[in-house]
Amino acid sequence: MNEDCDSPLPPPAAARSDSTAGSDVQCAAPPRAAPAGDGEELIEATGLTKRFGERLILDGVSLRVRSGETVALIGPSGGGKSTLLRCLNGLHGWEQGSVRVGPYRLESTGNVRPNGQAAQQVRRLLGMVFQDFQLFPHLTVLANICEAPRRVLGLSRQEAEERAWTLLDRVGMKERATAYPDVLSGGQKQRVAIARALAMQPRGLLCDEITSALDPELKHEVLEVVQDLRRDGMALVVVTHEMGFARRAADRVVVLADGRLIEDGPPQQVFEQPASPRTRQFLSRVLA
Amino acid sequence: MRQQLASGVLHWGGDEEGGIPFQFRDPEHPERLLGFEVELADALARELSVLLKHKIVAQFTPYEWVSLATGLARGDFDVILSGYEITPERQQQMRFTRPYYIYAQQLVVRRDETRIRGLADCRGLAVGTLSGSAAERVLEIAGIVQRVGFDGQVEPFLELELGRVDAVLLDTPIVTFYAEPNPRLRTVGAPFAHGAYGIALRPADAALAACLDEALGRLMEKGELAQILGKWRLWNTDQARLARPPRAAAELAGLGFDPQGRPLPDRPQPREVVAPDLVTGRAARLSFWRYAPLLLRAAGVTVLLTVLSMGVAMAVGLVVAVARLYGPRPLRALALVYVEFFRGIPLLLLLFFLYFGLAQFGVEMPAVLTAILGFGLNYAAYEAEIYRSAILSVPARQWEAARALGMTEALAFRRIIFPQAFRTALGPMTNDFVALFKDTSLVSVIAVRELTKEYLVLARSSLQFVELGLLTAALYLLMSVPLGYLSRWLEQRAGAR
Repeated sequence: MNEDCDSPLPPPAAARSDSTAGSDVQCAAPPRAAPAGDGEELIEATGLTKRFGERLILDGVSLRVRSGETVALIGPSGGGKSTLLRCLNGLHGWEQGSVRVGPYRLESTGNVRPNGQAAQQVRRLLGMVFQDFQLFPHLTVLANICEAPRRVLGLSRQEAEERAWTLLDRVGMKERATAYPDVLSGGQKQRVAIARALAMQPRGLLCDEITSALDPELKHEVLEVVQDLRRDGMALVVVTHEMGFARRAADRVVVLADGRLIEDGPPQQVFEQPASPRTRQFLSRVLA
Repeated sequence: MRQQLASGVLHWGGDEEGGIPFQFRDPEHPERLLGFEVELADALARELSVLLKHKIVAQFTPYEWVSLATGLARGDFDVILSGYEITPERQQQMRFTRPYYIYAQQLVVRRDETRIRGLADCRGLAVGTLSGSAAERVLEIAGIVQRVGFDGQVEPFLELELGRVDAVLLDTPIVTFYAEPNPRLRTVGAPFAHGAYGIALRPADAALAACLDEALGRLMEKGELAQILGKWRLWNTDQARLARPPRAAAELAGLGFDPQGRPLPDRPQPREVVAPDLVTGRAARLSFWRYAPLLLRAAGVTVLLTVLSMGVAMAVGLVVAVARLYGPRPLRALALVYVEFFRGIPLLLLLFFLYFGLAQFGVEMPAVLTAILGFGLNYAAYEAEIYRSAILSVPARQWEAARALGMTEALAFRRIIFPQAFRTALGPMTNDFVALFKDTSLVSVIAVRELTKEYLVLARSSLQFVELGLLTAALYLLMSVPLGYLSRWLEQRAGAR
C-alpha cells in the first residue's frame, strides 16, 4: 500500500474540500486496492476455539480477510463477535487454533493473551476502535493521536504531529486538537479514536460496535468516516448492529451465533437468501 | 585519642535542653550556648592544648539526653559532658574521668505544704522528677510508688505549682535555679544522696581519659574550676571533696577520686555571678526578631526533610506497588511483607534502629540521611498502597486500548496507566505529605534539629512555652495550609479530566 510514502493515509479524492493541512504532506496516491477480495490475504484465523469456564465462546471459527475488503460481523449478542475481533489482534488468547496477520503468527494456549514481538507487530498492522472509545483521558486530542506513533514507531514529535493534523482534518476534528476527551461528544470522541488508530498507519482496522454508544444523529458522522476508509484499500472488520451499514458498505457479511460462524457471503446473499435458519431468525428480529 | 584530637577539636555531646546551669540557649541571644559545662569544656580544651602542645577547641554536639550513651558508642562525639552521673551501671559500659562536680538530691515542695518534712513523708504521694535521672532511682529505692518522670527540668516544678504532684526531687544545681528563686516553692531538709558528675568516654579511649583527668586536675589546682562553679552559683562545701579522697563517703566509693589530690580552696571568690532572674524574672520577653531566625532555619530543615523523605517514599512506593501488582509470585509476596512490616512498626522504633542499631553492625549514617531513609521507607509502605489502588482504579480497557496501539506492557504502564493513576493518587499523597511534614518532629530523637526540637530547646531555656509555641504553630500552619489548598486544587484539576 503506502509504505513508501511517509504521510499518513492521504485524503481521498472525495475528502473534505477545505483540507489544507493535507496539502503539504502530499505524496503520490497509493495504488488503490481493487474492490473486494482481490487484495492479498491479510488476516487468517483458523479453527479458533475459546471457552469462559464451561461456556463455549468460539467454536472452531475460521475467518479470512483480504486487504481492501470490508467484512461486517453481525449476530446476536453474546454470539462471540467482540471476542473473535479481540483474538484477531491478540488482545484475547484462545485454546485452540491460530491467527496469522501478514507475516506474523499468533499462538495461544489456555486462553493466555499472546504477548511479545509477534503480538506487537500484529497490533501495528491492525488498528482497533472500541465501542466506548477508550481515549486516554489525561492527554489532549492531539497527544492521544501522537502518543503511539512517537513511542512505538519512534517518530519525532514533529512527524507525529504532522500525521495527527492530517488525520484530524480527515475526521473533521482539527478545531478540537487541544481539547481533552472529556469535553467531546460521543461522536467526536469516536472520530478521534479512529484517527488515533489510523496514525499507526495500519493495514487493517478492527471496529468493535463503534456506533453502539452514540445517539442516532451522531452515528452517521462516524460511519461516514469508516466508509471513507474503504477507499484506501484497508481491510476492515466491523462488528456492528447497524444492518443498514452492513448491507450498504460491506463486501462480505459474516454471521456469528453461539460461537459458530453460520453465514459468510456478500450482503445481498446473506440478507436476502440466508442459508441458515438461525440467520433467518436473527435477521427477522433485528430487521423487524 | 590521637584520632579524636588530631583534628584539633574535642567534640563533646550534651543535651542543650539540659537547662540552666548546665547548658542552655542565651534568651537574649538564642543562637548562643551558655552554661557551666560550656565554660568547663572551653577550659578543658585550653588545658589540653597546653598538655598536647597543639591548639584544641571544644565543639558542642547537641543530643537527646536519653540517647547520649548510644551516641557516644556510635562515635557522634568523643565525650559526654552533660550533668552525667557516675553510676556503677554506666561504669560497666563506659569510662569516666574523675568527677568535676558533687551533686546531691534536694526535695522541693509548695510553700504552704505541711505534710512533708522529708522523703519518708512522700510515700503515697506523687513525686515529680526527671526521667532517667539519679533522682528517679533514689525515689525508686526509697519506695515511692507514684514517681512522675518528665523530659525537662522545668515541667516538674510547673506541675508542683499546679498541684498535680506533691513534691519534686532533683539535683541541687537544678533546684538552685528552678525552685529556690520561686516564691511559691521551698526546699525541705538538707540535700542528701550525694553523687558525682563525670565526663564519660568510650571504654577504649584510655589515653584521652588520662589527658582529661590531668586537665581537670590542673583546673582544680589553679582554682579555675571553683571559679566557674562559683560564677554559676554551684559552689558549696561538698565541692571541696572533689580533689581529695572522700573520708567516710561510701556513696562516692569507687568513683575515681584522686588519692593524691589536695583540698580545693574552701571559698573561691567569683568575679561575676550569673543573675538568677535569668530563670525566675522571665526578664527576656518574647522578641519575635530574636527567635524568628532560629525557628525559620529549623523550619527549613523540616521542609528539607519532608521533601527528600517524600521523594524516597514515592520512588520506593512505586517500585513496591508495581512489584505487588505485576511481579512474579515471590516478589509479590516480598512486596506485601514490605508493606506490612513498615506499616506495622512505629516510626520511632525504625529511626532508633537505623541510627543506633545499625551502627553496631558498622553501618553509620549521618543523622539527616538516617531520618530521610527512615521516613522514606516508612512512608513508602503507605504510598505503595495508595499507588496500588490508584493503578487498579484505571479501567482495564485503557490497557486494552494501549496494547491495541502496539504498546508494550511497560510502555502502556508508563505512558497511559501510571499518569492516570498518579492523578487519582495525588489527593491521598498530599495528605501523606502534610502528615509526614509533622511526623518529621520525631527526628529529634536522633538529634536532628528541626522545628519542634528547636522550639523545645528555646522554650526550655526562655520559659516562653506559650509565646514560642504559638510562633512555632504559626510556622507549621504557614507551611501546611497552602499544601492543603494545593492538594484540593490538584484533585479538582484531576477530577475534571
